[in-house]
Amino acid sequence: MLSYILRRILATMPVMAIVALFVFSLLYIAPGDPAVVIAGDQASPADVERIRQSLGLDQPFLVRFGTWFWHILHFDLGTSIFTNLPVSALIAQRIEPTLSLMALTLILTIIVAVPLGVAAAWKAGSWVDRAIMSFAVFGFSLPVFVVGYVLAYVFALELDWLPVQGYTPLAQGVWPWLQNLILPALALGCVYIALIARITRASMLEVLQQDYIRTARAKGLGQRSILFIHALKNAAVPIVTVIGIGIALLIGGAVVTESVFAIPGLGRLTVDAILRRDYPVIQGIVLLFSFIYVLVNLLVDLTYTLVDPRIRY
Amino acid sequence: MTISATRTVSLPPGVVVAPQLPELLLPVKVRRGFAGFLGNHPTVAIGGALLLLLVFVAVFAPYLGTVDPTALAPARRTRAPSADFWFGTDLLGRDIYSRVLYGARVSLTVGLSVATLASLSGLAIGLVSGFVRWADGIVMRFMDGLMSIPPILLAIALMALTRGSVGNVILAITVAEIPRVSRLVRGVVLSLREQPYVDAAVASGTRTPMIILRHILPNTLAPMLVQATYICASAMIVESILSFIGAGTPPTIPSWGNIMAEGRALWQVKPYIVFFPAAFLSVTVLAVNLVGDGLRDALDPRMAKGL
Repeated sequence: MLSYILRRILATMPVMAIVALFVFSLLYIAPGDPAVVIAGDQASPADVERIRQSLGLDQPFLVRFGTWFWHILHFDLGTSIFTNLPVSALIAQRIEPTLSLMALTLILTIIVAVPLGVAAAWKAGSWVDRAIMSFAVFGFSLPVFVVGYVLAYVFALELDWLPVQGYTPLAQGVWPWLQNLILPALALGCVYIALIARITRASMLEVLQQDYIRTARAKGLGQRSILFIHALKNAAVPIVTVIGIGIALLIGGAVVTESVFAIPGLGRLTVDAILRRDYPVIQGIVLLFSFIYVLVNLLVDLTYTLVDPRIRY
Repeated sequence: MTISATRTVSLPPGVVVAPQLPELLLPVKVRRGFAGFLGNHPTVAIGGALLLLLVFVAVFAPYLGTVDPTALAPARRTRAPSADFWFGTDLLGRDIYSRVLYGARVSLTVGLSVATLASLSGLAIGLVSGFVRWADGIVMRFMDGLMSIPPILLAIALMALTRGSVGNVILAITVAEIPRVSRLVRGVVLSLREQPYVDAAVASGTRTPMIILRHILPNTLAPMLVQATYICASAMIVESILSFIGAGTPPTIPSWGNIMAEGRALWQVKPYIVFFPAAFLSVTVLAVNLVGDGLRDALDPRMAKGL
């Protein structure tokens, strides 16, 4: 098991290196002179030259990549062109709201989506199933900001149950923190809930046809114990896999959700960086999120042994 | 079970009339032809009809009672929806109805172009990777790396390096979608390679390009078509997200994401500016997803039971 974990961690290294190489070479692939594009239309030649030097565009590609990659290995993501602060410091300031939002959304999604999917599979073909699956198609089609605005309008503006926008750090208490995150998490989770509910239903339908489910029924086990202990556990591997893949949706959606709900997280940092064409910041955020994504999927691979003891490494 | 006694003709000795089949064993009534296909798959019909309507709206936007979507009129800013301005006016006095209708052009262009470009490139890469052993390792490691970057972030990074234009938005989203398509095609190719009819073609001396063209390609088209509709839906959402956060279509072109971005500051007091483009976007994406789901069920009956 330990050697498997080590091997898997080693296997993610080349993937991360390719990500780094790709994110880095984007500067060179993009059409036109990146220094001119980043400097914007009102920049003087001196500004362009300053940006060219700070990005190292005056040096050969491999030399530049070598130094950049060496810095990355030391958690140095470069310096923001606009604020002249280290990118890692900017990210550290903004990471709490984003991680809170993503963690809460993930928990909410699993609590809501898995029971929905199980219910749909249990009552397959009935109106319960059809209602849940129609919701899934709708949930999958509604863009995250549309859900965000509708939720904020109904529950914050009209009913005044929850704050409209903003963020309170966890250090100021759990309830104020939670209050600000419920609506964003629901909005962000909508697509994700639809996805997980669908895959849970599909996976459960397959398991419910197995012989051991019939055996469980025959020996008189209760419906709940059959569904949640015998069936769900055996249906878990595809569900866990899709939860891992779906993190990409969560990361992309977080950028938008933070804009809608004015949460000062990494998404806002990204949007500000785009408006200022602060490429080192964008580069750093893309790298960080890709790293999180790879890491989550590594964890998913490792949890297979927990949900299914037949898988051994 | 009753025995059919409709035939009164006297039968030769030894011949028995077959008993009427029970309900379950009767052949299923299959509706044929294009209309029959739509009848069998109502989701494709509904989604397709909605989509056709939207294409009609996009193409004939100038003739549907719209005015110039970029015409400024500071005197009538932020008017609520009325008989004159069906969807109201925005911060700069532009008619939202006209802007939303013209915005359909951007979304549909981006969705269809990305779906086409990503499918074709993914198909090419997937076919090569599935057939050329030495290329497979390199290409797929590269795709693994590309797939580890969440697609929206990849598109954002690409857009940050280019000037905002519809063409660049299409390219950026296409690059972000290619790895998934190539993976899918490669998977299908690898399983098709093991089919006996491919062995037969190899044994009878068919050249590799011909095998790919005649035996492999046609079989990848069905899953590709389904995947293309999902790419189309996701491309439209990504386009609106990019425009919404200011990294997409330039603000001079009315796109649904741009209209929402402009209405963002005022959404608490003037929610209709955000509402109308949001509603159009949701309905369009829903229509494409319905077509996709229907096609998947039609082309792969095994999946129909599962999902």
